[in-house]
Amino acid sequence: MTPSQPPSHQPPAPSHGERSEPAPRIVFDNVSRFYGEVLGVNRVNLSIGPGITSLVGPNGSGKTTLMNLMTGLIRPSRGTINVLGIPSGRPEELFRKMGYCTQFDAFPKGLTGYQFIYSFLLVHGMIESEAAKLTGEALQRVSMTEAADRPVAAYSKGMRQRIKLAQAIAHRPTVLVLDEPLNGLDPMARNETIELFKQWGEEGRHVIVSSHILHEVDRISDQVILLSHGYVVAEGQIQGVRSEVKDQPMQILVRCDKPGLLASRLFEQDHVVEAKVNEDGRGLLVRTHDADSLYLLLNRIVLDNGLEVEAVAPADDDVNSVYQYLIGAEGGTT
Amino acid sequence: MTWSQIATQPWMLWRRQVAAILRLELKKSLFSKRAWWIYILTLGPVFITGMHSLFSGSISGHTMGDDNMIFAGIFQVYFLRLGIFFGCLGIFSNLFRAEVLEHTLHYYFMSPVRREVLAVSKYLAGLIAAVTYFTGSVVLSYLFICAHWGPVFQQYLFHGPGLHQLGWYALTAALACVGYGSVFLLTGVLYRNPMIPAAAVFVWENLNPFLPSLLKKFSIIFYLKSLCPVGEIPTDGPLAILATMTEPTPAWLAIPGLLVVSALILAYAAAKARKLEVSYSD
Repeated sequence: MTPSQPPSHQPPAPSHGERSEPAPRIVFDNVSRFYGEVLGVNRVNLSIGPGITSLVGPNGSGKTTLMNLMTGLIRPSRGTINVLGIPSGRPEELFRKMGYCTQFDAFPKGLTGYQFIYSFLLVHGMIESEAAKLTGEALQRVSMTEAADRPVAAYSKGMRQRIKLAQAIAHRPTVLVLDEPLNGLDPMARNETIELFKQWGEEGRHVIVSSHILHEVDRISDQVILLSHGYVVAEGQIQGVRSEVKDQPMQILVRCDKPGLLASRLFEQDHVVEAKVNEDGRGLLVRTHDADSLYLLLNRIVLDNGLEVEAVAPADDDVNSVYQYLIGAEGGTT
Repeated sequence: MTWSQIATQPWMLWRRQVAAILRLELKKSLFSKRAWWIYILTLGPVFITGMHSLFSGSISGHTMGDDNMIFAGIFQVYFLRLGIFFGCLGIFSNLFRAEVLEHTLHYYFMSPVRREVLAVSKYLAGLIAAVTYFTGSVVLSYLFICAHWGPVFQQYLFHGPGLHQLGWYALTAALACVGYGSVFLLTGVLYRNPMIPAAAVFVWENLNPFLPSLLKKFSIIFYLKSLCPVGEIPTDGPLAILATMTEPTPAWLAIPGLLVVSALILAYAAAKARKLEVSYSD
C-alpha cells in the first residue's frame, strides 16, 4: 500500500531469503527496460500475490511493457523477474503455469477457432485427446462453442477477443496475464468475462489485468498497481493506497436527517476542510484530513443530538479518484 | 552435456512438440500466396525443359549427350546458384520474419516449448517444403529434357547410368536445401532485413570459382559442385582466366561435411532464437 513519487520512493525489494524460496508470488526485482533511449519501465520492485491485480495507467505508462516482461516476451535491461519461482527467461517452464492474452489482434492464417486453440495445445506437448478435451472446455467458458468451427478471420472483434481469452486459459494456468481483455466486448460479454476473472481470483490464481476502464477495474480488483511514465506510482489495495494520499482530504458522505446541524458541528474541527449539504437535504459530503477523528466525532454527535444516520461511506477511495490524485487527468476512461 | 544428461532429456515431449509445430508450419511453407515467386522458380525449368522436349525433334545433329550436358549446366548454373539459393532465402528467412510481420510469433513464444525446439521444427518444415519443391523440379526437369528420346532414354535411365545420375542430382539439390536453409534461417533470426546478409552470401558463393583453394572450402557451393554427376561446367569469357581449379572433395567427405556445417549453423540459429523478443512495432 505505497503511493510513491517517481523515482525516489518505490516499494521495497524482496529480501534474498524470499527470493531463494519459490513462493507463490510474481516478483519484480529492480527491473528496468529501455527501448534504445526510450524508457519502458524503470526500477520496478513488485511482489504480486494471488487474486486479481489491475495495472492502471495512461497510454504509454508501461502497462504492456510490464506484462511482456512478466511473460518473457521481452527481457529486462536490468533486474530479474520470477513468476512463482520460475525466471521469466524460461518459457518452456513458465507457460506451463501461465496464460497470456495479449493486445495483438492477429491470428495464424487459415485456422478455425477450434483449430487455433487445439493446435497450440498440441504445441504444449499434449496428446490429441487431452488437447481436444481442454479445447472444448475453454470454448465453453468463453461461450464460443457454436462459433468454434468458423475461421477466426471471419470473427467479430469481440469474438476474436474471446477466442484469445480461451487460448490463454485453455491449459488451466495458475497465472493469467490479460492485457485490456475487455476491449471490444459487448456489455453482456463484459459482465460474463468479469465474473470469470472474479472466479479465477477466488480460486487462488494470479490474475493480472490491465485496463483503462477504471470503474471496471474497481469492480474486480483485489489490488491495483498504478503506473505513470514507466514508474510504479502506487500499489496495494485501493483503500490503502487512498489513505496514504495524505495531501488530498478524504471525502466522506454521511446520509442523515439533520445535515445542517452536522455541518455546523463539523466546522468546529480543524481537520474538516469542507462540508457540503446534498441537494436532497438528506446528506452531507465532508472533506477531511483525519477520517478516524471524524468517525469518532460523528458517534458523539449522534449521541448528543439524536442524529439519525442512514449511511456513512467514503466517496473517493475508488480507483478513479486515486488515479486522478496520483496521476492526474493524463489518460484513463471512467 | 554428458550422455546420461542427454538420455534424461524429455525427448518424447519434444517429438510431440516438433510434430505439432510441423502441422502448423508445413501448411504455411508449402502453400502460401506470398510464395508465388518460389513456385515460378520451381516450375520455370520444368516448363522450359518440357517445351524443349516438345519442340526439339526438328534440331539436327543433336544427341542425348548434348541434352545431358545442357541439364548439367541448368543444374549447376540455375538450380544451385539461383533457384535453390533464392528459393531457400524466401522459405527459410521468412520462418521467423513472416511471423513478426504478421504479428503472430508471440503465440509460439507463449507456449511452453524450448526456443531451440521451435527453431529446429520450423527449419524442418522449411526443409520439407524446399526439398519437395526443388528435388521435384530437378527430377521433372531431368526427365523432361530427355523425354523426347523415347525408348533410348528409357534404356539410358533404367539400364544405363541415368537413374544413378538422377539420384545424385536429387541428392545434391536436397543437400543444397539443407545447407542454404540453415544459412537463411540464421539470417532470418539475426537480422530484421535478411536481404543484406543474403546479398553478401550470394556474392561469396558466386565468387567461389575465383577464390584461392583454401577459401573455396568455406562455401556451400563448393561441396555441392563436388557432388554433381557431371563435372564442373568451365567458366567462359574474360573472367575464366581468374578462375582457379581445385580438386573436388570426395562425396564421402562432402556429404557429412555439409551436414555437419549445416547442423552447426542451425545450432547457432537455435541458440540465437532463445534471445528473440516479440517487438512488432519496431
